[in-house]
Amino acid sequence: MIEVQNLSKRYGDHLAVDDITFVCRPGTVTGFLGPNGAGKSTTLRMLAGLTHPTAGQATIGGHRYTEIPNPGAQIGVLLDASAQHNGRAGREVLTIAAQTMGLPKKRVDEMLELVGLSPKEAKRRVGNYSLGMRQRLGIAQSLLADPKVLILDEPANGLDPAGIHWMRQLLRHYADRGGTVLLSSHLLHEIEVIADEIIVIGNGRIVAQGQKEELLAGAGTFVRALEPDALARALSVAGIHVTPATADGFTTDADPADVGKAAAAAGVALLELRPGDRAGLEDLFLQLTAGDQREALAPAPAPGFGPTAPQGGQA
Amino acid sequence: MTAVAPEVGIDLDRPRVPFTRLVGVELRKLADTRAGKWLLGTIAAISLLVMVVMLWVGLAEDVNLGFTDFLTGMNIPMGVLLPVLGVLSVTSEWSQRTALVTFTLEPNRGRVLAAKVVTGLITALFAVIAALVAAAVGTALMGALGSGETSWSIDASQLVGFYAGQALALLMGITFGMLLLSSPAAIVVYFAWAFVLPTIFGVAVAFIGWFGDVWPWIDFSAAQTPLFQRGGPSGEEWAHLAVSGTIWLLIPFVLGWMRVLRSEIK
Repeated sequence: MIEVQNLSKRYGDHLAVDDITFVCRPGTVTGFLGPNGAGKSTTLRMLAGLTHPTAGQATIGGHRYTEIPNPGAQIGVLLDASAQHNGRAGREVLTIAAQTMGLPKKRVDEMLELVGLSPKEAKRRVGNYSLGMRQRLGIAQSLLADPKVLILDEPANGLDPAGIHWMRQLLRHYADRGGTVLLSSHLLHEIEVIADEIIVIGNGRIVAQGQKEELLAGAGTFVRALEPDALARALSVAGIHVTPATADGFTTDADPADVGKAAAAAGVALLELRPGDRAGLEDLFLQLTAGDQREALAPAPAPGFGPTAPQGGQA
Repeated sequence: MTAVAPEVGIDLDRPRVPFTRLVGVELRKLADTRAGKWLLGTIAAISLLVMVVMLWVGLAEDVNLGFTDFLTGMNIPMGVLLPVLGVLSVTSEWSQRTALVTFTLEPNRGRVLAAKVVTGLITALFAVIAALVAAAVGTALMGALGSGETSWSIDASQLVGFYAGQALALLMGITFGMLLLSSPAAIVVYFAWAFVLPTIFGVAVAFIGWFGDVWPWIDFSAAQTPLFQRGGPSGEEWAHLAVSGTIWLLIPFVLGWMRVLRSEIK
């Protein structure tokens, strides 16, 4: 179990991680989601003992990472797939990790096969690898000792959609055997595919966390009818408050079943009845990303520079 | 869903990574990259080249070069390249960002640094053995091709001194590497220290009267020269070595070590 308690990291005036608390349980894949610069990597580095926290603590199975003997043999960590010596062959990278942990050499071949790196590719220098291949190599390294806990920073970055589903399978099986997985991503769809639990972080603070289904489930119901006015009346009679959403449709906080029953009771013919758009998490994430200073500042030209013409005025 | 979900048991009773294994890994890392292979190959090639040039000049000028002469000649390429090896053993972890993996697999950074130091001392030993072989070949050829007797004489203190010199050079490289954590910066600063500073000291001795008394105590390069003389350094020379070594090696080494222990690994 990974436990993070009131963890903070301050760089000068900047609070990179601001009093965050969360838990990752065995048997689950937890996704750590947030825009770039939200504090994900800093948090994961603090978990692995590479960055000293300003306040709070991070433990794995109740212990600080740095007090665990031969930690690589019990906890698989991939903090940056690009952080490998460019002049070293892929196979050699795994060999020195296996040697440090005291693992037999056959684990290297097994892991290369598991992540789909051919013997020929494994002989090439990492400098010639694509990002996707580096990710596979990094995942192979984190799995070398068959650890109980996995901590992966942006492992799906650079993988193609098939690779992301492959990772989903890999981590699912791993979690089903009782493993604990914490992985980060700045892309909602990656987390959506891979994780069971989601923690959303923005500007160093946790803004949402829970089971994926809960977070992704949209609020309420969308309903559309041949005669919208009749539908509105019927629902009003049933005590269901609606908001017009389209010309002939409404959204409501009520359950789809209640809406359907009310419409059937009033004899209103429905065109469409379904759970509301899963807008909750996506909206939240978009807000976070838009609130990001990079996004807000980028399109604004310097004052007094160029004509203040409306958009579309470029030659 | 969480039918099979036993509590994660992190085992604190396992043995930690044995130090010998850390040294083994560091030795391997020294030679398993392209840069490492080139550097080791270059040291061997230049040492051979120095031997051949010395032999050629010796024969042409009819100077009878002995074993210690050849060995002294080997000092030049090794004194330049072994420190670079020491620098890179530390800084490549930062420039290539492998420190993320190294210190994740062994979070006790002091043990990793100690393993790098021991690896450096072992490397210096191998370098000295290679230099002895090259010097022996040079001396043998000199004896076979030249006129007159060639001298094979060397005393144990000179051998130890020769090793100590190479080991100190490599440790200086590791020290500058830890202090600066950047390959180009550490190499440039090392060369400035090794080749520019002695010149400045020389000028200062010539022009500033009192500096001549201070100079032996602060010039670590000059203080190492007696290591290679027959019989080893004298009492005062040992004192010079200790004082200048504290200034240029010991204090920077401790500061660099602390920097690595405290810095954030990104």
